[in-house]
Amino acid sequence: MARPSPPAPRQATTHPLDHAPAPGLAARLDPRGKVVVALAYSLLLALCPGPLAPALGLGFSLGLAVWSGLGWRVFWRRALAVNAFVAFLWLFLPWRLGLGPAGGQITLSYNPQGLALAGLITLKANAIFLAVVALLGSSQINDIFHALAHLRLPAKLVTLFVLFYRYLHVMRREYLRLRQAMAVRCFTPGSNLHTYRSLAQLIGVLVLRSLDRSERVYQAMLCRGFAGTFWLLDHFHWRRRDTVFCSLGGAAILSLGLVQWGGTLWN
Amino acid sequence: MHISEGVLSAPVLAGGAALSAAGLALGLKKMDYDRLPRVALLSAVFFVASLIHLPVGPSSVHLVLNGLVGLLLGWAAFPAIFVGLTLQAILFQFGGLTGLGVNTFSMALPAVICYYACAPWLRRGRAALLLASFAAGFGSVLLAALLTALSLFLSGEAFLTSAAAIVLASLPGMALEGVITSLAVFFLRQARPSLLGAGPV
Repeated sequence: MARPSPPAPRQATTHPLDHAPAPGLAARLDPRGKVVVALAYSLLLALCPGPLAPALGLGFSLGLAVWSGLGWRVFWRRALAVNAFVAFLWLFLPWRLGLGPAGGQITLSYNPQGLALAGLITLKANAIFLAVVALLGSSQINDIFHALAHLRLPAKLVTLFVLFYRYLHVMRREYLRLRQAMAVRCFTPGSNLHTYRSLAQLIGVLVLRSLDRSERVYQAMLCRGFAGTFWLLDHFHWRRRDTVFCSLGGAAILSLGLVQWGGTLWN
Repeated sequence: MHISEGVLSAPVLAGGAALSAAGLALGLKKMDYDRLPRVALLSAVFFVASLIHLPVGPSSVHLVLNGLVGLLLGWAAFPAIFVGLTLQAILFQFGGLTGLGVNTFSMALPAVICYYACAPWLRRGRAALLLASFAAGFGSVLLAALLTALSLFLSGEAFLTSAAAIVLASLPGMALEGVITSLAVFFLRQARPSLLGAGPV
């Protein structure tokens, strides 16, 4: 009866790895439905050739983002990550690389169509990221992996996901501890061989510790009867609100598809 | 460089997904259940290590480490890189969900190539080890940048300039990646000689 796991207490740090979704409407939905809708929506928008559907989609995604109740901070940081690449494209898409008439020398020519393409990509990238964060960012990561197991992802891969995410935090703490120990010994990073050697050795130490720890983890798993099956103890309960959400999501995806491709189908 | 959503064309996305699925299937098949915790924890280490920013002059670069992943894991680099990229797509929005196939393939294939090309040299002398691991670090990032550029270029001629810029921009990172990989492998050989060159861990 324990589906979606209770949200972890909010922490003062805002590092994205300390992922603690706020309780809200979106957090209570079945992650299986959210994963399927998020994937279908991303694919549809990613494949749109024209700007109309992505523009409508951006409005729809903004609505989703507000509805998810995650707060603008969650979106702000990721918006920067997404739009860094978008800005890079704005910089380079309007310029076409070519070979000069004599061959050999490389020429750059202005290409105004590149700007339209950059605009289209900006719409798509932002529409998709807002929706994905609103839907998947409102679930616990473990619940998403769990939903993937129910959606028939290979069991080995899901086990790898769960163990990876579980020990990601352990290894990060280990890393921060080692960095602290280095800082206490007056290590200040700079562009020199000493810095690179120290950090390479830090990575080496982390590799060795993770290998040793993995032996203990595996032995502990064997002690608890691990024989290759990763048992799913929790089973999600599909509720009426999930059906409502999926039908609404499906309707939105269908209508965006019709807006984009309906004309060509009609003709 | 992480290609954001909505950039690549449908055939490129589909091709990347199919190639990655094949690599994942092979990687999972070669990874027995007793190797699973090792691969999972190493993936966690590489994820953490890729968040380290190294100072280079006035700026800084972050590590990719797919060369080291390949040297240690062999074909299991595919699942290891896939889980890392999926988490990144969910948590940081680097890359995104639709591009997962393309991004996994362009990072993991160079790792597997490094495994076959460079790992056998790790059992030779000190110079061979340093050179081979430098080549693994440098080459894996170079190949990854080239594959990323190729996926952009195949999505449309208009991306040619951006593709060239990506390869040029990752050049300093490649050299640093080579240095770090060779120093890390050298450390691993001193600390645990049995680890290297005896097949994937």
